[in-house]
Amino acid sequence: MSAEFQQKIHETLADANLQLAIYTATGRLKDKRVENVAPDVLPDYQELRAQANAIKKHTIENLDYYLEEFERNVEAHGGKVVWCKDAGEVSDFILGLAKERRARLIVKSKSMTTEEIDLNESLEHQGLESVETDLGEYILQLAHERPYHIVAPALHKTRYDVAGIFSKNLHVPEETVPEKQTAIARAVLREKFLAADIGISGANFLVADSGAVCIVENEGNARLTTTAPKIHIAVAGIEKLIPRAQDLATFLKLLARSATGQALSVYTSFLSGPRRAGAGEIDGPDEFYVVLLDNGRTKLLPDRARRQSLYCIRCGACLNTCPVYRKIGGHSFPWVYSGPIGAIITPQFMGVGHEPGLPFASSLCGACGEVCPVKIDIPKVLLDLRSEVKKAEAREGHSRLERLAFRAFAWVMTHPRVYAMAGRMAAAVAPASDGGWIRHLPAPLAVGPLKAWLSQRDLPPPPARSFRDLWRMR
Amino acid sequence: MSRESILHRVRTALGRSAGDPPAAPPPVRIRVPESDREARIASMMARVEALAGQACRTADPRAAVAGMIAGKTAVASNAEFLAACGITDLPCVRSGLTDRDELRAACASADFGITSADYVLADTGTLVMLSSPQEARLISLLPPAHIAVVPAERILSGLDELFSLVPDPAAVSSSLVLITGPSRTADIEQILVRGVHGPGRIAVVIAG
Repeated sequence: MSAEFQQKIHETLADANLQLAIYTATGRLKDKRVENVAPDVLPDYQELRAQANAIKKHTIENLDYYLEEFERNVEAHGGKVVWCKDAGEVSDFILGLAKERRARLIVKSKSMTTEEIDLNESLEHQGLESVETDLGEYILQLAHERPYHIVAPALHKTRYDVAGIFSKNLHVPEETVPEKQTAIARAVLREKFLAADIGISGANFLVADSGAVCIVENEGNARLTTTAPKIHIAVAGIEKLIPRAQDLATFLKLLARSATGQALSVYTSFLSGPRRAGAGEIDGPDEFYVVLLDNGRTKLLPDRARRQSLYCIRCGACLNTCPVYRKIGGHSFPWVYSGPIGAIITPQFMGVGHEPGLPFASSLCGACGEVCPVKIDIPKVLLDLRSEVKKAEAREGHSRLERLAFRAFAWVMTHPRVYAMAGRMAAAVAPASDGGWIRHLPAPLAVGPLKAWLSQRDLPPPPARSFRDLWRMR
Repeated sequence: MSRESILHRVRTALGRSAGDPPAAPPPVRIRVPESDREARIASMMARVEALAGQACRTADPRAAVAGMIAGKTAVASNAEFLAACGITDLPCVRSGLTDRDELRAACASADFGITSADYVLADTGTLVMLSSPQEARLISLLPPAHIAVVPAERILSGLDELFSLVPDPAAVSSSLVLITGPSRTADIEQILVRGVHGPGRIAVVIAG
């Protein structure tokens, strides 16, 4: 685990207000999900999960076919598909287009994919104005921070933080009522929507048989982003494909319920190409582009167990339910994707060496896998990545002490007499327990990996008589 | 451009070749429940109200809409049903707009946007709007309040029935939008605020 990762975790744990904010917000989202997938509300929830998993598995296994089908259908409706291998290619494309069309102002709706490639920064470096329009994302853009949570990006900001951020950046009086703060943002952003040259959105699904992008949201900013400007660009990872529009009958029932506990998000947009002026459609963009981004996704494809990480529909349910995320929060994670899904995606996109501690930032309790609407076996992938980290460390000759300890442990466990003796010795030398738990080891034992391991764990005191003694006395 | 290199990487990883057909996909899962119209209408109205929307059923939609806009300004879509109900003739209601810029300016300043809807979904209280010469996208989006006037026979049970009737929305329109309640956010301290970028108030008027 890197020092930076540890440092951020300690800072988060020490901040009582932040702890309360994370715990309350994720708790609320978690409870609302549970209510809305309960058997009396959604009786076929488990069948829907199985179907969603089967569709995602099938699509990923035949991804080249669906990518090409999607491209054909986008083009048939007058749109264009742009294939990009990385962040640089995306910003080159958008900058080139902006230059050709003399565009200056870009409005953006929430998209984790564009966060992943730091799109705003690249565009602003080139003199374009790129404005986030989701309320949470807008607050964070003004504060120069990255999202704290996949679905609730500004979860860590209080209304008082927001009052300060708005007052400093928008030169308005400090306003602490969320309703009024929202009205301030609405007014500022409404002007931007009506003046923008380009709208950039993400996509929740790319629908192959229709050549459509499907976007869900609650505020209406994604609708405005994709409707008001003359140019709409949707940026999406190649894994967002689903084969048929009819599959949305499955996915839409799962996505909002898992994310925010809503039966459906307020707005679901299904957009296939530019405005059909010839058919008399009155409004909508004149140009429609879909950027298909790789950015490391193809690295996940060869391994059958790991490619399931690409099934993710970014609902955030695993974050809300994860006892580790709920303590260490989103900014402890080294990249834009946090929580259990971040712990499996980040090492695979960036290499396990990027933050070797990441696959270990989990209690492996299995809650993430249980709530995942597309049934990604997150604990299994975490274990797989842990073993990769350990193999890499072994290759580099690290943790000799740890290997020695495990060899000694194996020897003790496979020799019953030694085991019994070790048990008796432990009971004899056991340090004082505090409220039934041993919280501190005696100094000579508290060294190396054992010290680190025990710094986060308490032990039950060894019993006066072992199970083996009791069994013999029976 | 990276088209070929991305496709090549995908195919190599999956052990596929260009032009390989896909394996048979899992069958589509569509389950349309049996339900009578009255039950669907009751469910839809309850759902809309649960989302803090307004729902009413009336034999006189013109009077209902007139009561709601109460002399304020409104832009109405070109839906034939609105004209047939006499809603486009109401004073203060502007309709018949076909020019994009003119429509946009009108919607940006109107107090109400009035549309019909292609369908309404009973189990979630959702309006289904397909963009067309009759229905522009901005009328249900820019004004602070949205009124949708829909004939009772357009109420479907839910998403499954919608996708069985419209298996490919792209064949019909460049834009299908599902609207479920007023625009909302909970981005600041999880406190619910309505009317962020879209209408903060929504009313569904069922005619007949």
